[in-house]
Amino acid sequence: MTQPMVRLSGLYKIFGARDKDVLHHVQDGMGKEELLAQHGHVLGLNNINIDMQAGEITVVMGLSGSGKSTLIRHLNRLIEPTAGEIIVQGEDVMQLSEDGLRHARQEKMSMVFQKFALLPHKTVLKNAGMPLSVRGEDETTCDREAAKWLERVGLSGFENHYPAQLSGGMQQRVGIARALTANTPIMLMDEAFSALDPLIRTDMQDLLLELQKELHKTIIFITHDLDEALKLADHLVILKDGFVVQQGEPQHILLNPNDPYIEDFVSDINRARVLRVRSIMTPLDGGKVPKDAHGEVDVNDTLESMIARSGGDTSHAYVVKDGEQTVGTLDMTELVRALVPRVASEAGARQS
Amino acid sequence: MAFYDKLFSALGLSEWCGTSDDKAPLSLADLAAQAGGEEASGPLMPIPSFDNLHESCNRIWQSRDVTNGIEEGFLAAKPVLKTVLDPITQPLSWMLDGALWLFEAMPWFIMVPLLVAISWYASRSRPVTIFVAVSIMLLALVDHYDVAMQTLSIIFVCTTISVLFGVPIGIAMSKSDRFQKSVVPLLDLLQTLPTFVYLIPLIFLFSVTESKLYGIAIILYAIVPVIRLTDLGIRLVDRDVIEAANAFGMNDRQKLVRVQLPLALPNIMAGINQTIMMSLAMVVIASLVSAPGLGVNVLRGIRNLELGVGIVAGIGIVLLAVILDRVSKAALTRVDKTQVKH
Ligand SMILES: Nc1ncnc2c1ncn2[C@@H]1O[C@H](COP(=O)(O)OP(=O)(O)O)[C@@H](O)[C@H]1O
Ligand SMILES: [Mg+2]
Repeated sequence: MTQPMVRLSGLYKIFGARDKDVLHHVQDGMGKEELLAQHGHVLGLNNINIDMQAGEITVVMGLSGSGKSTLIRHLNRLIEPTAGEIIVQGEDVMQLSEDGLRHARQEKMSMVFQKFALLPHKTVLKNAGMPLSVRGEDETTCDREAAKWLERVGLSGFENHYPAQLSGGMQQRVGIARALTANTPIMLMDEAFSALDPLIRTDMQDLLLELQKELHKTIIFITHDLDEALKLADHLVILKDGFVVQQGEPQHILLNPNDPYIEDFVSDINRARVLRVRSIMTPLDGGKVPKDAHGEVDVNDTLESMIARSGGDTSHAYVVKDGEQTVGTLDMTELVRALVPRVASEAGARQS
Repeated sequence: MAFYDKLFSALGLSEWCGTSDDKAPLSLADLAAQAGGEEASGPLMPIPSFDNLHESCNRIWQSRDVTNGIEEGFLAAKPVLKTVLDPITQPLSWMLDGALWLFEAMPWFIMVPLLVAISWYASRSRPVTIFVAVSIMLLALVDHYDVAMQTLSIIFVCTTISVLFGVPIGIAMSKSDRFQKSVVPLLDLLQTLPTFVYLIPLIFLFSVTESKLYGIAIILYAIVPVIRLTDLGIRLVDRDVIEAANAFGMNDRQKLVRVQLPLALPNIMAGINQTIMMSLAMVVIASLVSAPGLGVNVLRGIRNLELGVGIVAGIGIVLLAVILDRVSKAALTRVDKTQVKH
């Protein structure tokens, strides 16, 4: 396996003056509430180990206060860890000098914020060009690059507006353009779409996926919305009270939640729309294709489209294709079973 | 017999005090009483003041010793203070005198259009600009143009210096909580001290003929708001925007120049507006220590009971105040408008 773009290992963060002194309590298993009650320190992160692969979208999901913002701010050291390692592109961020850190923030990681955090006194063009001008690029370069990315996010014609003149969705497009202008391999997005209306949010998610198809950045995306997480994630990390409850391929987590907390989370979502054929099919063993198959389906079809196709008839079975290759079979009875969370997770438990 | 005699003998201090009936300098009240040929018979139990305690115990100061002591201490420190402060503050005299000369030497038909143009440039407001032009011509009409220009020149210099020093001090305060904690009491003091009171040490230090005397008084008084509001303005800058600046790798200088100062500008401008108004208030009082301008006429009105002179000068000051206030406020709103948030 190749080296991950970002590796967090044994990362702890405790808020408070004597964080290093109370660390051993947490390492001995003390929880967030106890730590606050007995020592007056807030547990932010508790033994975080995550590998974030290049070109993937890693989504960190959790309820409010679970430590998501704290986690993402460790990557560029906006927050100093109490203990642990942060390795970005093989380089230990904790060892960087002040200049080195600033350099890393300029060249390696850009950030998109929940509340946009644009400069209100600068035009859209200057806002988008800010990362380059901070590096000392000349104005023509900044403006050219900024205009290019503004066009890419659908904002051409608004270059000379001020942020306050734009809607929330458009302001966040500026935020994304700003991060893209920085042209960094890593993009950090802290609840970037949470402040937007649902329809606009969907648009922005589509925009992000479309950009990602082309740019293959390493994106760390924070959200408290499971639907958003499942839509965007290549790798899903679920956070609760500062520790990772479960992480892995999103479909896998959906089918095999290892914790009641996650079961609660996943019970509310429209599974048919999120789950894909590849997650529930029976892999092809030895190449026997059922004779009575009703047709061929793609591995990446959603279950919703399968239900529509079968007309709700649970006796149907299909051959699953990945491109040209036959990779498995899909029994509609299996599909229906996968739609019920409890049954699905028990089945998953039996399988593993 | 003085009231506190018993107290000192009870404490066994009679010896240390010395004999109480020697003819040491007495307080004014005693002298008056002696002249009247009778013992000073105060209230039943006099308040324990230095003077009253002194009657029972010679070793204890009289109050006038305290004031004398302060005066002597000050006089002793004066040469040192003067050798340090004189050269440092000398440029202030030059600036005040230079500005005065410039404002007076400039012919009115250049000066007035210039002031109107500045008003327009700062405020971009037609009513304000017209008001400025009319006010200045009114002042000229009653032959107060020259004095008004003198006052204006002093305000110009003092406000400029206040901003030049006040903004950096405010920035430093916003960066360091400890520095802020130590400066705030000083600012409180400068603002609460009656203005006449801090003229007193200045009169001792510098001769009344030097213009820096009133310059320092005005600046000390007027610099406070611009310091406070710079500090406040920078501290109030949206934390999210600061975080974004950090996340994109700005250094401290870039953060200050590109983010903090521009976003604090409305507050800083509000501070400058107050600074201008406070220097105007002080320039009138400073006419007591030879500051030229409209204040001199007000003073003349008070001293010689020349009612008309005083009132005309007073109205002139009000006009000037309104001009300065309107122009700086209009400039402030203009700055504010580019930063509105929805
Ligand atoms: N500067 C801080 N000082 C003390 N506690 C903090 C600080 N920042 C965050 N916390 C606490 O850490 C926890 C995680 O916060 P945060 O990372 O902002 O959560 P999320 O982004 O998931 O909503 C919360 O309990 C919060 O109160
Ligand atoms: Mg958060």
